[in-house]
Amino acid sequence: MNENVTDDVWSAQDTSPDAIEAALRELLRQRHAEDATFVPARVLNLVVIVDRDWRGEIENRLEQVGRYHPSRTIVCAVDPRRTTLDAWVTMSAEGGKSPGELCVGHERVELELGPKHLARLDTIIDPLVVTDLATLLWSPHGHPEAVDSLIALAQVVLLDSVDEPELRLALERVTELANKAYVVDLAWLRSTPWRERVAATFDPKPWREELRRISAVKARHHPESGVAGVLFFGWLASRLGWQPGSLLDTGGVLHGKASSRRQEVALRLEPDPRQSVRGLAGVSIETASGMSISLDRAPGGLRATRRTHDGRESQWTLLGASRGEGGILGEGVRQALLRDPTYRPALDAARAMVA
Amino acid sequence: MATEVAENPLVKGLERLPVHPTTLVIFGATGDLSQRKLLPALYNLAHEGALPERFNLIGFSRREKAHSDYAALAKESIRRFSRREPKDEVLDALLEHVRYIPGNFDDDDAYVRLAAQLDEFDEQAELVFNRIFYLSTAPAFFPVIVSALGKRKLNRHKGAEVRVVIEKPFGTDLKTARELNTIVLREFNERQVFRIDHYLGKETVQNIMAFRFANAMFEPVWNRNYIDNVQITAAEDIGIGTRAGYYDHAGALRDLVQNHMLQLLTLLCMEPPIAFTADGVRNEKVKVLSAIRPPRPEEVAKMAVRAQYAAGVSAGEDAVGYLEEDGVPDDSTTETYVALRLEVSNWRWAGVPIYLRTGKRLARKVTEIAVTLRPVPHLAFQTEGSVGVQPNQLVLTVQPNEGVSLSLGAKIPGATMRIRPVMMEFQYGTSFMSESPEAYERLILDAMRGEATLFTRNDEVDALWSIVDPILEAWSDHTGALPQYPAGSQGPAEADELLSDGHHWRAL
Repeated sequence: MNENVTDDVWSAQDTSPDAIEAALRELLRQRHAEDATFVPARVLNLVVIVDRDWRGEIENRLEQVGRYHPSRTIVCAVDPRRTTLDAWVTMSAEGGKSPGELCVGHERVELELGPKHLARLDTIIDPLVVTDLATLLWSPHGHPEAVDSLIALAQVVLLDSVDEPELRLALERVTELANKAYVVDLAWLRSTPWRERVAATFDPKPWREELRRISAVKARHHPESGVAGVLFFGWLASRLGWQPGSLLDTGGVLHGKASSRRQEVALRLEPDPRQSVRGLAGVSIETASGMSISLDRAPGGLRATRRTHDGRESQWTLLGASRGEGGILGEGVRQALLRDPTYRPALDAARAMVA
Repeated sequence: MATEVAENPLVKGLERLPVHPTTLVIFGATGDLSQRKLLPALYNLAHEGALPERFNLIGFSRREKAHSDYAALAKESIRRFSRREPKDEVLDALLEHVRYIPGNFDDDDAYVRLAAQLDEFDEQAELVFNRIFYLSTAPAFFPVIVSALGKRKLNRHKGAEVRVVIEKPFGTDLKTARELNTIVLREFNERQVFRIDHYLGKETVQNIMAFRFANAMFEPVWNRNYIDNVQITAAEDIGIGTRAGYYDHAGALRDLVQNHMLQLLTLLCMEPPIAFTADGVRNEKVKVLSAIRPPRPEEVAKMAVRAQYAAGVSAGEDAVGYLEEDGVPDDSTTETYVALRLEVSNWRWAGVPIYLRTGKRLARKVTEIAVTLRPVPHLAFQTEGSVGVQPNQLVLTVQPNEGVSLSLGAKIPGATMRIRPVMMEFQYGTSFMSESPEAYERLILDAMRGEATLFTRNDEVDALWSIVDPILEAWSDHTGALPQYPAGSQGPAEADELLSDGHHWRAL
């Protein structure tokens, strides 16, 4: 949000969805009456379910999504002691200060509710979302009963599969949700630059031929981002037609094999304690003809090292700015309006590796 | 899944597709366009990870400079003009290996040094880079540079693509455009040539095609049976500023109508392409231009109006007239305002007047296309006590508030059946979260990919000038003073004479 923001606020204790929805309509009407240039943004609804005590952290993250701010955000703060429903509605308006400039509005509904509301949260949220806009559901602190209640209402679920430390459970839960809605996985989005760069590396024809000769893939990852590595393997397997084999855990390092039409592909996934941010730290791919490419985080992008079959080595930087966690979350909101046909096959292959 | 790797199976689902390793040479590398647009665009592509995985930049210009001096200039330009705050590590990495070749554009030795630098990049990387020559110089140097590239055999490169990007204006009239095309096509194949009209890189201009061809509801009415007239407006509220040297030679017709406005017209009037391919789209655009009959000399006065802004008040401030602007000759007959009435003579559009107008120092800045539908054939409603039923009007606004609005008749609340127009609006900024990239980012990336849809083909350039050339010729025969309009106004009253009965210019 920029500095040019004005807010209208409504609040009520022990209230109802009807009253909240009426407040939204009234704030909108008032804004229109005051300012003809006011136009409410109409991109998507974002429903966020958080623990009340950790609401601030999530709100800070949402503040960082910048231009990817959703149109109507509904934050449900769960307080274990609460039995009633309290609500705050804020209508923010940006811009509109220069002649001819539009004033774009965003609506934010904050609900404080208790555990008893979660199983039928859909009956509270349904009247509050803008009809016909896509609804994105994000529950970073768990609350699976609330997610299950809202899944029919939401077309898209935002999650971060690395939040669940146990690989198999993480991928099973994602699969369960992916069977009911489109899933945007922040762990997958963090790997986008890696996937783009690997695809680009193998794009020139001489290197494209090497794709079918890949014999080994190693990935290093943030200690808590093993899922990101397995999804990366799953992506390669699904795109290149490999038969995924099981990954075995040896002292925290996962290793295993996948079978391509020509040969077996050795897979190795290891945590990198030096990596301070979630996601991948490095990737290296070798081919049976003796060529290899490795990508590692570096200032200004990824550092690429290529070795040809006669042992010559060259290095260069693949340019690109780190998006940071705020940028990743913003990208997650943006991706709610798109569809990536490669995630689900990658997820299925990844599941097969940790089954 | 097939593992035969004729296609790269890894690209599926990726938003940023791989681009072949490329060396980009900017001629006029220290010029205004390069500093304000091209270098910032390259930075933003780098920031987003959209540049080719291996990318080299060479600046070529007349001023003597070391590589490091050019890198410093580029860094400063990017910091100043980039749409986002640059990140030092990306900026440093982008400019780490930048090279600069000083030399006159007709200096053979400079091209020898350029060729050596290009080869050195290939040898160091042990691969063959695609090469793009971006001509961001004064137009007089376009033929010089193109010929020099041909002479040094830099127009071909075994195992890679060589492309030339040519800025506008492409010629100053039909004759010079054809001469330039002849020289360019002597050294390069048409598929190697990317003539830029940066307007086509704007998201909202491309959205005209999406709007027309992705929505079934418009096609049934998109013809002479339902459309009464079309108005295309590109109005500016500012004067010529410090551009007198350029502008007084160009004028509004060359500056905006011959390229941007006729491009808008083609997108509005073209038939749906069979596929969204470069030639698929451009074939349809050329058909539209070919259907606009160039005026005969005696017809020009009836279909074209030109004028100059006089002193007036703009945005509450006194504004001088065009002839009082610094650098403008007292007897200049350069037009700062043009209005045209054109007709696309084909089955879909015959008989529908298409009005174009552009000008400087008008009441406000707006670029829009307004399509007015015919009135309903029979009116059963009361008109007394209201403005009554107005024809539906569809307005596609390109800037400043990008969007689409449709006027509809609606009942005024009350006991009687009175109607007035209401607006149904779609605003681009409220419906997408993505920030539109700068047009140059899109176009540079397209040129690197070899994607020519948004560039102007040689026959398209020819057709554009063929429409404008007779008007220029007729005007060149008339040397008297031009009609004037006050700065900050809606334009000259003479423009009304182009309109058919019952038509009026939309208020700016």
